[in-house]
Amino acid sequence: MSSNAISDPAEYELSQAGRVVTFRAVGDWTLKNIGPIDPVLLSELEALDYDKVHYDFSAVTEMDTAGAFVFARAVRLGPGDRNDWEVVQGSKGQRTLMQAAAESVWGEPPKVTRQWYDSLTRIGIASDRFFSELFETIAFVGKFFSVFFRLILRPRQIRWKSVVALIEEIGLNAAPIVMTLCFFIGAVIAYMGANLLASFGASVFMVDLVGVSVLRELAPIITAILIAGRSDSAFTAQIGAMKMRQEIDAMTVIGLDTFETLVVPRALACLVSLPILTFLGMMSGIFAGMLIAWTGGMDISPALFLTRLNEVVGVKSFWVGMVKTPFFAIIIAVIGCRQGLAVTGSVESLGSRTTQSVVQSIFAVIAVNAVFAILFYKMGI
Amino acid sequence: MSAAQNIIAPPMEARGILTQFGANIVHENLDFRVEKGEIVGLVGGSGSGKSVLLNTMLGLKDPEGGVIRYFGRDRRDLSDEERADINNDMGVLFQGGALFSSLTVRENIMVPLREHTDLPVSLMRELADMKIHMVGLPAQSATLYPSDLSGGMKKRAGLARALSLDPKLLFLDEPTAGLDPVGANAFDELILGLREAMDLTILMITHDLDSLYTICDRVAVLVDKRIAIADSLPKVQQYDHPWVKEYFGGPRSRAALTAGKT
Repeated sequence: MSSNAISDPAEYELSQAGRVVTFRAVGDWTLKNIGPIDPVLLSELEALDYDKVHYDFSAVTEMDTAGAFVFARAVRLGPGDRNDWEVVQGSKGQRTLMQAAAESVWGEPPKVTRQWYDSLTRIGIASDRFFSELFETIAFVGKFFSVFFRLILRPRQIRWKSVVALIEEIGLNAAPIVMTLCFFIGAVIAYMGANLLASFGASVFMVDLVGVSVLRELAPIITAILIAGRSDSAFTAQIGAMKMRQEIDAMTVIGLDTFETLVVPRALACLVSLPILTFLGMMSGIFAGMLIAWTGGMDISPALFLTRLNEVVGVKSFWVGMVKTPFFAIIIAVIGCRQGLAVTGSVESLGSRTTQSVVQSIFAVIAVNAVFAILFYKMGI
Repeated sequence: MSAAQNIIAPPMEARGILTQFGANIVHENLDFRVEKGEIVGLVGGSGSGKSVLLNTMLGLKDPEGGVIRYFGRDRRDLSDEERADINNDMGVLFQGGALFSSLTVRENIMVPLREHTDLPVSLMRELADMKIHMVGLPAQSATLYPSDLSGGMKKRAGLARALSLDPKLLFLDEPTAGLDPVGANAFDELILGLREAMDLTILMITHDLDSLYTICDRVAVLVDKRIAIADSLPKVQQYDHPWVKEYFGGPRSRAALTAGKT
């Protein structure tokens, strides 16, 4: 128990006779002690010119691998080879330890690989990764659709059990949060509209504002982003963990298609859940608008609100909002599963893939939504 | 301080250990000791509580009853500082290696050094490289990440990390499980060599009969919630207990025995 015993400081004496240096060590040569003495010893040894080292360990009270390493390094500093040393005084244990240490210090140190062009290489690697990521995503989407349509034609092969379980997880469990969020958004829009439009004396137009914005844009996009953050990360983490534990490999060997068992059920669950959630979000947003219009000092009664909603907004906006949701659903499911399957062995890759998956799916949802906006505008809807 | 530390006290001793999870008693009145410089193999059926015992001995879990002594000192009497010192005198190789996956092999080995010593980083790096060499890994593996290593290499890297502070007491949890016979033999040799070079005391949980026959000085058998016998292999084989008879009398054991003798 060197650790709490009072340790003797490490000391040494170097004496040279001809081409032989005698290294007489005193005290404890352990991990705790060699720190301060090491640089001094190193510079002293470098100043000497010798071929062979003799060790005298008769006064060494304790020695561990770190001490042995420091001793053995003296041999490496000389011009000779690995056998140019001898323990003239020392126990059997010390000799064994020295032998092991001497062998070790002669190993080639791994090369330092940092170079000035490293940053260029990194840029290259990053761009390459970007394009291969893009390519692989497209390939994944292609494979997904081929399996998806094959299964649609043969619905008996779909794993309905897991689809239903996933709908509960993705849809039912997310309903309260989606509705609450859309309620807040609807209320905020209503207040903003009321304030702004009151200055024109046209408060009643707030119904148009709430109706159009919630139905066409806000409810679908808020729901999609929420599910992207909530379920997409879960998809990636679940599938990624399965990949790490080789469950995916096991499935492939047994003959289960990962697309059939993991990806398609998730996509179907998203396809069912997202429109329903969006619908709930729309209702909740409109309800919030109606509540604000009635109680917020504008005196628009619910009856008036609903009549005006029917007249000016109509069912068209509802369908414009709804038609986007299946696209969002597929985006979320495909990106989540693809990133999950791309996880490699390390915990780090699981983390980075989960982050990537959420970032990519939210990005894709917003980008696709913008494309839809342009499309509907051009179509005059 | 050192006066309190009996030189001849065993590095690890457990007395009257009681472990239970709810109503389920895992160990009862378990006595066990590891003497200095020996390699003890711990065997027991699946679910007999070997890993729980290991965790108890490591201090990861407190037993419900009984005493654990390290180098003759009761664990409960140790101050935090002494606990830390004693922890530095123990190294563990977990079953899967338990390497930190975000660090390279060299950085993994440097973690205990960084934490518990104030050596210059360049020296730490060289010491880590030396440990890499000592466990028989190629020098280039220093910069690899654990996910790039094979199972056997992971175990060796884990062993290098366990040895980085020059522990006196080494725990190995199924060191040869998952290795091919050649790799397992090499690992056994490595353990023997390291014991000699570093003056280690080793406790290994193992199912590998070859390891038991070739490198263990004593074998401890965990059956019926206690260590039934801990003695040299021939005596353990004579021990009269159905599980022990079956364990050492089975075809695998006979094969390992003949192989070990030749």
